[in-house]
Amino acid sequence: MPGQADHQAHFDEVIARHDRIEPRDWMPDAYRRTLVRQIAQHAHSEIIGMQPEGNWISRAPSLRRKAILLAKVQDEAGHGLYLYSAAETLGVSRDDLVAMLLSGKQKYSSIFNYPTLSYADVGTIGWLVDGAAICNQVPLCRTSYGPYGRAMIRICKEESFHQRQGYELLMTMMRGTPEQRDMVQESVNRFWWPSLMMFGPPDESSPNTERSMAWGIKRNSNDDLRQKFVDMTVPQAQALGVSLPDPSLTWNADRGQHDFGQPDWDELFAVIRGDGPCNTQRLAHRRRAHEDGAWVREAASAFAAQEEPGHG
Amino acid sequence: MGEWPLYEVFVRSKRGLNHVHVGSLHAADDEAALRNARDVYTRRNEGVSIWVVRSDAITASSPDEKDSLFDPSGDKVYRHPTFYTIPGSVPHL
Ligand SMILES: [Fe+2]
Ligand SMILES: [Fe+2]
Repeated sequence: MPGQADHQAHFDEVIARHDRIEPRDWMPDAYRRTLVRQIAQHAHSEIIGMQPEGNWISRAPSLRRKAILLAKVQDEAGHGLYLYSAAETLGVSRDDLVAMLLSGKQKYSSIFNYPTLSYADVGTIGWLVDGAAICNQVPLCRTSYGPYGRAMIRICKEESFHQRQGYELLMTMMRGTPEQRDMVQESVNRFWWPSLMMFGPPDESSPNTERSMAWGIKRNSNDDLRQKFVDMTVPQAQALGVSLPDPSLTWNADRGQHDFGQPDWDELFAVIRGDGPCNTQRLAHRRRAHEDGAWVREAASAFAAQEEPGHG
Repeated sequence: MGEWPLYEVFVRSKRGLNHVHVGSLHAADDEAALRNARDVYTRRNEGVSIWVVRSDAITASSPDEKDSLFDPSGDKVYRHPTFYTIPGSVPHL
């Protein structure tokens, strides 16, 4: 029987050659715990992330927009399911993960604690929020844990539609009336800073980043991804004809990147603590949906129990 | 003595990739199926991991219902990124 040291050596070797750890491999407890926390939080974010946009499904301005929005929200539910099943390969149960979301023991992305006040927000979320999510997720396709990486590959393929439908919606509104253009600008003003917060706190106050990068769970630091997102988004904003609400946003020719201001980090920590504009509402809604769905789960189990004897 | 049960064999060709169905074989039990699968399907380093599952434990869709099963996604072109027209001059989208 190989000892602990051999196990660790094999694990380190797989990580060092940027290869993947698979479910039946030995892995350090802390690696497993970190992954469970990160994948679960990611899954919860997809599930809670249906709410801000779901708010507008019944009030979509046309059948076309309604079908698109339904398809997008449905995709987010699917993303949650891919990720929960990836987390389960680490030995946690689905029921426990759901319970930890409902009890508030595990978190979800702070971005979904902001309200959606106009239909322009549907476009802005697709463009900026899904755009930031794509920046985060593309490198995660190469994460060191196999099932997580494969879930991310599926998700990234679907995200492109999310971002493009959002940008197209905003382009359409920008060709409309002055009021519609104002709605777009107002929406972008509200979502810009929370979108930058999606990459997490600055590297110097993100204590776990270094270890996660050493383990190959994360492939880029928070600040690197934030910079990349800003650089990608600025020309898109110009093409759209909106301004980004940051007076210090400028091109830095020496660096070949944009300089930009810092989000209000106290606000991020307050939202994470539970003091964002919609935290209470989001969790209450999720709990209610879970309780309201109990009869469906019971009915499915009762039906299966009835079918079982005949099928053996 | 009855025929040994049929097993379906799935092989992961390298770390990071999904297990893929490669074929099937008969074996007396699960453990024997795994050993046999190694000999039948991975004699040339085709894999780093094997799954075997009894064929009668698999529920499969039937070819007859192919149309009705997959129809619902047929008319939802808006699920594809190419449905949205965005000028080529807008980068990274
Ligand atoms: Fe998603
Ligand atoms: Fe999305």
